Order: sequence, then structure tokens, then C-alpha cells
Amino acid sequence: MSTIESTPTAPPPVQPIHKRRQPPRRTAANVAWIVGIVLLTVVVLYPLVWMISASFKPSSEFGSNQGLLPENPTFDNFIKVMEGVAGIPTWRFFWNSTILGIGAVIGTVISSSMAAYAFARLNFKGRPLFFAMMIGTLLLPFHVLIIPQYMIFRNLGMVDTFAPLLVGKFLATEAFFVFLIVQFIRNLPKELDEAARIDGCGHWRIFWSITVPLIKPALITSSIFAFIWSWNDFLGPLLYLNSPENYPLPLALRVFNDQSSASDYGATVAISVLALLPVMLFFVIFQRFLVAGVATQGLKG
Amino acid sequence: MTTGSAPAPQNTRTTAEPGARPAGNRRAGGHPKRKGNSETVAGYAFLAPWLVGLFALTLGPMLFSLYLAFTDYNLFTAPEWSGLANFERMAGDTVFWGSVQITLIYVLVGTPIKLAAALGVAMLLNYKSKGSGFFRSAFYAPSLIGASVSIAIVWRAMFSAEGPVDSGLSFLGINLGGWVGVPALIMPMMILLAVWQFGAPMVIFLAGLKQVPAELYEAASVDGAKAWRKFISVTLPMLSPVIFFNLLLEMIGAFQIFASAYIIGSGSGGPAGATNFYTVYLYTRAFTNNQMGYASAMAWVLLIAVGILAFILFRTSKSWVHYGGDTK
Repeated sequence: MSTIESTPTAPPPVQPIHKRRQPPRRTAANVAWIVGIVLLTVVVLYPLVWMISASFKPSSEFGSNQGLLPENPTFDNFIKVMEGVAGIPTWRFFWNSTILGIGAVIGTVISSSMAAYAFARLNFKGRPLFFAMMIGTLLLPFHVLIIPQYMIFRNLGMVDTFAPLLVGKFLATEAFFVFLIVQFIRNLPKELDEAARIDGCGHWRIFWSITVPLIKPALITSSIFAFIWSWNDFLGPLLYLNSPENYPLPLALRVFNDQSSASDYGATVAISVLALLPVMLFFVIFQRFLVAGVATQGLKG
Repeated sequence: MTTGSAPAPQNTRTTAEPGARPAGNRRAGGHPKRKGNSETVAGYAFLAPWLVGLFALTLGPMLFSLYLAFTDYNLFTAPEWSGLANFERMAGDTVFWGSVQITLIYVLVGTPIKLAAALGVAMLLNYKSKGSGFFRSAFYAPSLIGASVSIAIVWRAMFSAEGPVDSGLSFLGINLGGWVGVPALIMPMMILLAVWQFGAPMVIFLAGLKQVPAELYEAASVDGAKAWRKFISVTLPMLSPVIFFNLLLEMIGAFQIFASAYIIGSGSGGPAGATNFYTVYLYTRAFTNNQMGYASAMAWVLLIAVGILAFILFRTSKSWVHYGGDTK
């Protein structure tokens, strides 16, 4: 690993402004901390930097030039990869992935926020039992369900359509999102609900006019996770989609990967970069929501 | 469940307690009886999509796959009851035991290393709060993409004979000739990929560390405790609920590794079965060989194994997980 650590990458910004105010006796420890953490960052981000660099290298450089800068940078890999696979242009895979991702977001947000409102705010018989079941499904290995689910969707004639990949999203089957929104609603003051109720508002009205606007941060977090998970999902499409024109990116990537021999890593890595680009973009824009979503929910509940 | 995601500690234990505040509710409405009824109707109305999902896509399929586990079923003719035959075949299936072995090694070795890395880096980040936000995000990023096909492809390329890992090692005089073709090197490569995704548990550890009261460390200092002693006697016990939570979720997640193993082994489980993880073998049996009965039996064995693991963790947690401190 030592060669990796010494490879020249641009070190991330360290925010020197705050440094100045530290008392001098702690300087040595601070320097050690910064050096350690920057080295760690280089190691952690190395695979990402490497893949971007490799995607601009001509195939001849692969294996001979291990430096992070291509000697003869080229767009050939990207041009080649955009031609597509099995007669389907690559933009089609992006389109399919986008449709699936948007569908997943819409379904997840609607169904999960409704279920979460019921669990967090409404008092009805059977709620403790169902809540426990919801938590239980968090721990359930998905593979127990794939065969019967496949049979259901096959009998409904939905194989090789997007329906099997989206129906579950509209039925809040991903308990993570329900749980995340429940935690968020529980931290909201109940007084607004009660005031609205005294004014004669029904539950639908309270849900739409009071709860939904207040839980926007949780809905944004859920949307981003729902989109990224759908974008990266491999097993679902592998089970249900057969025709190449229906493939989302992960399946197309697999075909590329199986077709191209070791001599053409450049093109395979190039399409991997393209496939990760939207996710990384989302991450850079929304990282605070994502990290906060993982970190705080529950700990403060 | 997807890797890199995690809801939170603590609440998983207090699960069945969401309804502990009915009294205030009732009073606000004024008509306790009628209000209770309308809440039940509304409750089930809001819960309707989730309930359909629960019964049609979770509980129903679970029970049906239990039935299938005792049948011979190829998807095209009706399932035929075969008693324990699937389980007996499983007991004598060397490929099955090979997949059990590598999956257990991956779970039992990979997860502790991943969590140790997560805790170590969380403590490093917790040492200083200023400027650590950037690093926290940077370290979290791999958790979001690590299980994707793209990263599996990149990992394979990086560890190939022409990749940077091998040429880095040959610089040190170690010539492996690529990791991907060598069965014994697949496991280290897969565990490294798991450890690289330490960010999600790290974020949860970090949130836990922030809740450890500073007075405890001060008191320990007064008693003359050194850094290591503080770690053993203050940090670990105070973090134990979070460690428990991370251990449970990460182990269950690790059992289900699929995409990375499938891509790195080109779907064949190779070389020499080294990427034939439990779920890959299950998928092959079900959807390549059309042995749905056998695969369902495998799925239930997985479910029971995960259940036993969770049971053991919960049981032993009484002796090492401490609840207390400033929980609300």
C-alpha cells in the first residue's frame, strides 16, 4: 500500500483559517492529526481517482503506465462505450435507470410517509404488533423472498417490465424509509396537530398540510437514498429484465464486463465512471442530508 | 436491505413502544370513544399500502418459500412434495458447504475488521471537530457506491495482473500475478472491498462518540487513567449499544453480499468457487438450474442462520452492552 499513499494526488482542502486560533502547544498533535487523516483520505479516495484516470488512458497504457496521469489522455474509451452493447445505444441504459430511479423516489416517498404518519401519530389497535413487524423486516434477508416474488410477478405477466421493480416501492416494502420518517415525525411538536384537530381538520388534512411540509428534510433524504439504491440495484433487474432494451445501467455494465477481455479495461472502466457520475453528483450536492440521515435518526429519538 | 444504509441504534430495542402516549391524545379530542374509532379507520387507511406490501410481498412469500423448501419445483410444472429431500441433498452438497464456508469467513472476519476500522477512524475524527466534516463525507462516500457493479468492475481491474495493486506490490518485491485468478486471494480482495466501505458504521460511531459525556473522561484522568485505559473503561462501554447495533446490521448485510461477488466472478462463482458466496449459489440454483425448491430450502437455511446469529447477539448483549448514561 505504501506506493499508493505516496502517489501524487491533490490533497483535499484542510481549512487553514481555523488552524490559526489553536494554542501553540497543541500544534504538534494537530499536525500529526492532519497528516494522518490526509493520508487516510488519499487511500480511501484512491480507487475513485484511479478509475477516473484509467478511463482517460488508451488501452495500450493499461498495465504499463501505473501513474495517475495518462501519458496520452484520450476520449476514445468514452466514445467507444457510448456506442452501446448488443445493438442498444448506451443512452438507453441511462434512460431506463433514470425512469426506474424516479419511479422509486415517487413510490417510496408517498407510501413510506403515509405509513410513517400512521405509526408515529395515529393510535390504533394492532399498531405495536405491526411496528414490531416493520422493524423485523429491516433484518430480514431479502433472498428469502425472491423466488415467491418472482412467481407472483411471472403469473401477473410482468416479467421483462419495470413493474416488479417498482410495485414494492409503492408499497413501502423498504422499512428503512418508514423507520427514518417515523423517527423524524416523532421529534415534531404535537401541538400543531392538536390545534388543527380542534379546528376540525381530518387526518388527511393534517397529514398533507402540517406533517408533510414539516418532514421535508426526511423526505429529501429518503428520495436521495431511494434514487441511489435503485440506480445501483443489480439483483432486481437481473431477476426480472431479459431484453437488452430494458436494461438499466448495472445490467449493461455486466454485459460490458463479461464481453470485454482484459485488454480492454479502459472501456469497461469508462462506462463504470459514467454510471457512477450521477450518484457522485448527488452525493456532492446532498451529502449533508445523507450523512445526517445515517447519523442522527434514532440516536436523538 | 442495501449496504451502506442504517437506521439507528437504541430505538431498535424500544421497538414495540410507539404508542405510549394515548392519554394526552384522547383528552384533546373530547370524545374519547368516537375519536378512537376514527383513528383506527385513519390508521389503517394510512397504513394500507404498507399492509398490502407486508402481506403480499413479505409475509406471504416468506411462508410460500417455506412450503417450496419441502418440494421439488422447476417453475414450469406444479411443485411436488418431497419432504426433507432438499435438506438431505444440501447436507451432501460439497459446493453448498464451500459457499457456506467462504460466506462465514467473509462475515466473521470481514465485519469485525470493517467495524474496527470504522471505530478507529471515528475516534480520529472525533478528536477534532473543526474541519472533520469534509473527511466524514469523504470517508462515507464508498459506503454509498461500494456495493455497485461499477465498483466491482473497478475493484477487479485494480487487483488484476495489470492493475495498480499488483504493480505496487511488485515494487516491494512481491509478485502475485494478479489477485483475480487466484482463489486464495479472492477473499482478502473481497474483505478489502468491505472494509473500504467503513464509512456508514463510522458515521454511526461518530454520532455515538459525541454523546459520551466529557465528565467521564475528566474523571478518568483525575484517577490517573492513560489513553488506552480510557478507551477500555469509558469509550467501549459507553459505545456498546452502538457497537451492538452496527455488529448486528453489518453482519446481516455481509451475509447478503451479491453484486460484487457475482461481477468479480463473472457470475460463475469462480475461480474454483472462491466467489461462490451463499447468495450467488442460491441465485444459480434457482435461476440458472431452475431448482426453486432447493434454492428455497437454502433461503430458509440462511434465514435461520441469520436468526440464530441475531439471537446469540441479543443474548450475549446482556453481558456487554450497557444502557444508561444520558438516554432520554
